[in-house]
Amino acid sequence: MQGLIDRLTALLSDGTVARVIGWKKGDMAYNPEPHMFETAESLKDFVYDGFCGANLSKMMIEASKLEGKTAVCLKPCDTYSFNQLIREHRVVRENAYIIGVGCRGKLDIEKIKKGNKGITSISGTELDGSDDIKIETIYGDKNISYKDALLDRCHVCKGKDHMIFDEVWGESKDTADQERFAEVEKIEAMTPEEKFAFFRNELSKCIRCNACRNVCPACSCRKCIFDNTKFDAQQKANVVSFEERMFHIIRAFHVAGRCTDCGECSRVCPEGIPLHLFNRKFIKDIDKFYGEFQAGKDPEAQSPLTDFTFEDIEPGERG
Amino acid sequence: MYKIAIKDLNTLFSKIAEEQELILPIKKAGQYNFGVYEEGCDIDGILTNKTVKSGKDAFFPQFETLYNVRKKITPADELENGEEAANTKIRTKLTIEAEALKDKDFVIFGMRACDVKGVEVLDQVFLTDPVDNYYKARREHGIIVALACHEPEESCFCTVFGIDPADPSKSKADVATWIVGEELCWKPITEKGEALTKKIESLLASADDSAVDAEIANITSIMDKLPNTKLSLEGWGKGKTDEKFNSDVWQKIYTPCLGCGTCTFVCPTCQCYDIKDYTTKDGIQRYRCWDSCMYSDFTLMAGGQNRTSQVQRFRQRFMHKLVYFPDRYDMYSCVGCGRCVDKCPQSLNIVKVIKAFENEQKEAGANV
Amino acid sequence: MCNCGHDSLVPQIGIITGITQETPDVKTFRVNAPDGGKLFEHMPGQCAMVCVPGVSEGMFSITSSPTNKEFQEFSIKKCGILTEQLHSLQVGDEVTVRGPYGNNFPVETEFKGKNLLFIAGGIGLAPLRSVINYCLDNRENYGRIDILYGSRSADDLVKLKEIQEVWMKAPNVNVYLTIDREQEGWDGHVGFVPTYLKEIGFSTDCIGIVCGPPIMIKFVLQGLKEMGFTDEQIYTTLELRMKCGIGKCGRCNIGSKFVCKDGPVFRFDQIDELPNEY
Repeated sequence: MQGLIDRLTALLSDGTVARVIGWKKGDMAYNPEPHMFETAESLKDFVYDGFCGANLSKMMIEASKLEGKTAVCLKPCDTYSFNQLIREHRVVRENAYIIGVGCRGKLDIEKIKKGNKGITSISGTELDGSDDIKIETIYGDKNISYKDALLDRCHVCKGKDHMIFDEVWGESKDTADQERFAEVEKIEAMTPEEKFAFFRNELSKCIRCNACRNVCPACSCRKCIFDNTKFDAQQKANVVSFEERMFHIIRAFHVAGRCTDCGECSRVCPEGIPLHLFNRKFIKDIDKFYGEFQAGKDPEAQSPLTDFTFEDIEPGERG
Repeated sequence: MYKIAIKDLNTLFSKIAEEQELILPIKKAGQYNFGVYEEGCDIDGILTNKTVKSGKDAFFPQFETLYNVRKKITPADELENGEEAANTKIRTKLTIEAEALKDKDFVIFGMRACDVKGVEVLDQVFLTDPVDNYYKARREHGIIVALACHEPEESCFCTVFGIDPADPSKSKADVATWIVGEELCWKPITEKGEALTKKIESLLASADDSAVDAEIANITSIMDKLPNTKLSLEGWGKGKTDEKFNSDVWQKIYTPCLGCGTCTFVCPTCQCYDIKDYTTKDGIQRYRCWDSCMYSDFTLMAGGQNRTSQVQRFRQRFMHKLVYFPDRYDMYSCVGCGRCVDKCPQSLNIVKVIKAFENEQKEAGANV
Repeated sequence: MCNCGHDSLVPQIGIITGITQETPDVKTFRVNAPDGGKLFEHMPGQCAMVCVPGVSEGMFSITSSPTNKEFQEFSIKKCGILTEQLHSLQVGDEVTVRGPYGNNFPVETEFKGKNLLFIAGGIGLAPLRSVINYCLDNRENYGRIDILYGSRSADDLVKLKEIQEVWMKAPNVNVYLTIDREQEGWDGHVGFVPTYLKEIGFSTDCIGIVCGPPIMIKFVLQGLKEMGFTDEQIYTTLELRMKCGIGKCGRCNIGSKFVCKDGPVFRFDQIDELPNEY
């Protein structure tokens, strides 16, 4: 990590960039926060470890508007989001200096906390750390394997390559060990009643905090339809059945064909709702109906949903 | 003091639920949230796991109907003779049907000392003039059975606000309970608590008051080891508006804030609300729902708004909890439950805010 | 606070018994209870929440004086969804009203026996009209009354008829009108309110009561200070987004104050103590 800090310090010092978007050390073992570093001195608080799951590409929307270049640390999967933001003219490529940071999968603190309360320290989570991480709690210490604590999204990793970067720091690892669409297929196999019960059960937990929307790099509308006060659906109430069923579904439609499957929605959900399933279902269907497509892989590529061809599937067909 | 074997809790819950609504933490789709007890609901682990939301919903629901308005629209040509119909094409007549206030007792089990303190904070707002009758009715009918925190977590810092998680009998709860080995100790505190205890006496065995001493001592010593319980509130509270409001620390720390409502909605003390209309097929439903000062439309009105940037909104939330609320009600509007610490998508929270100000002060001191 | 009994958030029904087109975008609505009486008693400066169900609800100052025993009036400028809907209503239509909310101008305490200087711009006259008429109806309790009122144009002067026929004829009352730009048929003063204020040069032996657009308030305040007024002798009424009207929902919170409950009437020294967020 010191190597990365040194490199970022050099970039700031020689004027290549005016600021750095990275992660700032937290006050606990596992809570670094996204941060904009503006001085070389402030980089003493920079951190990059297994808990830096946040996708920083969306912060570049605002940073693109600032004077000078911004160095931004992006993991391989984050670069898909960045490409997509370029495609949608939300970020300015020339204003970014992309450090493709290595990644061996990011950790899910909720998984670690299960059975480990009172955590005082967690070690071994750095990029060059061990296969096991050591968890110290006031109730006792424990070692668990890094792999077992990975975020679900890392089990369907899109690969170790950065899609866009100015330079790469550190080694990456493809952590995929599960079939990407397995979860979707499981739901597809359910009866309509079971599907409804499954989603109702999950979505009834929704508290309408909008964290999924606000963190989503594809949700970059300057004013969201759900913030439109002239519209009856601008309801903050989660409890009406309309909300349970509609908010997330409408959102999934809005990001269809643009969602890179970065998994931030599920990572940030305070109620642990597997929101990515909606998006992944769309991705699976798009692949099937229009041929394989990965949003954000190529900033020039036209999304199948915004590109009409005579071969397109007709409405109502299910392929 | 009474006790009941933990393995018999389901019987206890079922008995309580026979006579009145019982709200308690329920495990649903992997998360613990307060909900209404039903036969067969999953209560595995509810004694030791923190709920995502605090349970304030029982008194101040996230969504509630205030009243319904029925509209009767009469075209002018159908207006009765003698009615003044000049310039009038149609005429709208309204009737208002107010939503009934809660009139039945209910029990809420499993709130922690911090959650109960959170209700005390809500009381300051809703029970002071003019009293909120919807809230008041629920408070009057609600019987709080609080539970001592058997396994406090690293995000907990309630003791900073003078709350004792080891002994909920010191809180405003009606009954205090403790996990002692394989048993749950049960101690009625108020008249309401006594009355509830009477109804379920047949399921309880008597116990000595000292039965919970070891548990109280244990929890107290755990709290002492937790990192955030040493937090200092120096510099916050009454009369600190100028000093804190004008600080440049806000600008330095707010950037990661997504402007979502997670912290607000999991918070036991956040009570800002919105009032909205929902057009239904027979009229208009006027409801109230939780709102968040973090939302960009919170202060928006036809003539513009007074908090246009996220840093202003971010500042408002913490100033409200740590300065404005103490100014007005002489108590902090944070109870140290740690839910925002656990749930903020960007790992930003009130503890970090307090620490950032403390560091700033230290640095300023070092530079003098 | 509320005479509905159920809860202060549950409104009464108000029937519109009169509508006056004041200016191209301002209408004054006369509102009564369905039985014909007054909705409630209020004090000058207090507000009420007026709602078109299904559209929206907003806080409006009650422009009629409490001395009016027959009805309440609201002068409302068309500037958003709610006000557009209100402007489309006709006599006989019903709205819902809850209130009165907030504090009032201290007409029975600090203002008593004093000379009063009212300074209003545009629709800012609405809250002050309640005070002015209250003072005129209790004329013996107050000293000299000066009213400086300005608007964009002659057509935008609210309640012009009442100003000319009642206020201008009242004893020991001086009315100064001004419009922003020259206009055919207008032989009165032309110029912005703050400028006219300095031209007239009022003495400081009075209490200043100011209401208007924020930019006007800013410069009027500056002018008054230059003329020797202190913060303690100037009052205004604040407008922020309000939702509940009872100091609970949190929207109009500035510092430890809630504008809807602790305000809307503030003295400038009280405003100075608030964090700069209004």
